[in-house]
Amino acid sequence: MTDRLPGFSTLAVHAGAQPDPTTGARATPIYQTTSFVFNDADHAASLFGLQAFGNIYTRIGNPTQAVLEERIAALEGGTAALAVASGHAAQVVVLQQLLMPGDEFIAARKLYGGSINQFTHAFKSFGWNVVWADPDDVASFERAVTPRTKAIFIESIANPAGSITDIEAIAAVARKAGVPLIVDNTLATPYLIRPIDHGADIVVHSLTKFLGGHGNSLGGVIVDAGTFDWSKDNKYPMLSEPRPEYHGIRIQETFGNFAFAIACRVLGLRDLGPAISPFNAFMILTGIETLPLRMAKHCENAKAVAEFLSGHPAVAAVNYSGLAGNPYNNLARKYAPKGAGAVFTFSLKGGYEAGVNLVSNLKLFSHLANVGDTRSLVIHPASTTHSQLDDAAKIKSGAAPDVVRLSIGIEDKEDLIADLEQALTA
Amino acid sequence: MNHDNYDDNYIRGILNGVKSIAMVGASPVNVRPSYFAFKYLAQRGYDMIPVNPGHVGKNLLDKPFVASLADIGRPVDMIDIFRNSSHIMPVVEEALRLDPLPKVIWMQLGARDDAAAAKAEAAGIKVVMNRCPKIEYGRLSSEISWMGVNSRTLSSKRAPMPTQGMRLSLNRTSLGGGETAASDRAAKNKTDPA
Repeated sequence: MTDRLPGFSTLAVHAGAQPDPTTGARATPIYQTTSFVFNDADHAASLFGLQAFGNIYTRIGNPTQAVLEERIAALEGGTAALAVASGHAAQVVVLQQLLMPGDEFIAARKLYGGSINQFTHAFKSFGWNVVWADPDDVASFERAVTPRTKAIFIESIANPAGSITDIEAIAAVARKAGVPLIVDNTLATPYLIRPIDHGADIVVHSLTKFLGGHGNSLGGVIVDAGTFDWSKDNKYPMLSEPRPEYHGIRIQETFGNFAFAIACRVLGLRDLGPAISPFNAFMILTGIETLPLRMAKHCENAKAVAEFLSGHPAVAAVNYSGLAGNPYNNLARKYAPKGAGAVFTFSLKGGYEAGVNLVSNLKLFSHLANVGDTRSLVIHPASTTHSQLDDAAKIKSGAAPDVVRLSIGIEDKEDLIADLEQALTA
Repeated sequence: MNHDNYDDNYIRGILNGVKSIAMVGASPVNVRPSYFAFKYLAQRGYDMIPVNPGHVGKNLLDKPFVASLADIGRPVDMIDIFRNSSHIMPVVEEALRLDPLPKVIWMQLGARDDAAAAKAEAAGIKVVMNRCPKIEYGRLSSEISWMGVNSRTLSSKRAPMPTQGMRLSLNRTSLGGGETAASDRAAKNKTDPA
């Protein structure tokens, strides 16, 4: 008998979830508890010493969270995952395992504005130095590599303009440099792009967006591809050296191809503390069950709206990589053949003023700072998510002052187009 | 046999089939991976035998250490080798002198010796390299999924609650064995064993 690989939708419903051993509950229960009783003193010591599998305390892990983790690991094709409180928390925990003070990481310049802030300001105080590179110019990543480089960070579909990154080309740079490639796959979700298949070593997400999908719960996740050899040249002592907090255990030696996910849990999450709540894990898990249905609808609607906007006389330009003629259209066909996502930007002939008017005239689109909701959303990045950048940086990151960002929901596309039509002509 | 990727059914067959496991290089130091793999497998009902000439006269979890495979003095189903790749061959040669032969030779996570594997396989012995039986047991039974690990299995049946000495079911539906683009890449990236 050969093993058979179930499809993506089957995994989205089933992976990681088994009827509850105690009650037989079929939906994953919300284990809303801080702590778990030990069988005896020996069991407690085994759990604390990382010698046995099991639950201790919800800051380190929780059964509801574990189902979420296994499901995302299965959808992304990774060996293991760790869920945390937010996408931002995922980034801190990942880099804490990789960088020591004075080390560097290379990041794509086109990123979610919050990540640009986190990398530029918050991480500077940890002594982690970001070096920016241009995702449209692979050679700029190569030029940025130094002996202190410990990782490369990109977004698969980049915020805010929905541009597509050539993951395989940048993965080749990372391999040559001997550092892991970290891909933020939030805007694509594994339904559209599976970065591990293209050479990523670590995938991170804000679960708050399309994976959860309903705009009701914050969460983040780290997926370990199981591909990177952390002990090769002792560049990553958190994984290769004996850990004093665990009586000298070496994480990679002990946990093999899911060592990175374990390091993130037992060295990162345990000590930094950004745990996801079991309730949020449950809400996101429920959202993921319909991910394939929602993403197909998000993409169908986004394409229809982008086509409508490109034909509108008030619109100067539409940046949607799913449109023929868009500079990223070839990359979109290669990496995201099922659809180019549902977040994109456009600019208005009337400039900044017209953008502000549009936002206030819309009746169905909600003006708020999120993406990947069932509801359609609109924001003016230059005055909100990217407001802390100077003008030059705003333009480089795709958030020029005349740009409006849309996140297209799963409503009827005719209603979305009608709302935009009335707002553009009001 | 492709020793970069094992089909789940191959691993499952071994873990379901063997009853006694001699662990070569078992350590009484309770922070060494060999100690807690030994302990875990004993708790899951396997008849465990610690083999380490440096600790003869002592016990590991109430099991007396023996100095060598020849000293076990009774048939053993599986040899689990907790030694570096460079120390595998002599252990395999010693195992091949046992009568009856063991059914399985398992080399621990990080350990691999293709020549030794070929020798054992020529004698009809199943070989697993660079894997941990504790991790594989935990993964196939889904017990390990409490750690966020992708077990690559699905089940719509209620899971039993594991207790001391209990063997768990490993017969869940597998999601296509161990062969993935990522596992191939991992195998390539891995430092060649010394």
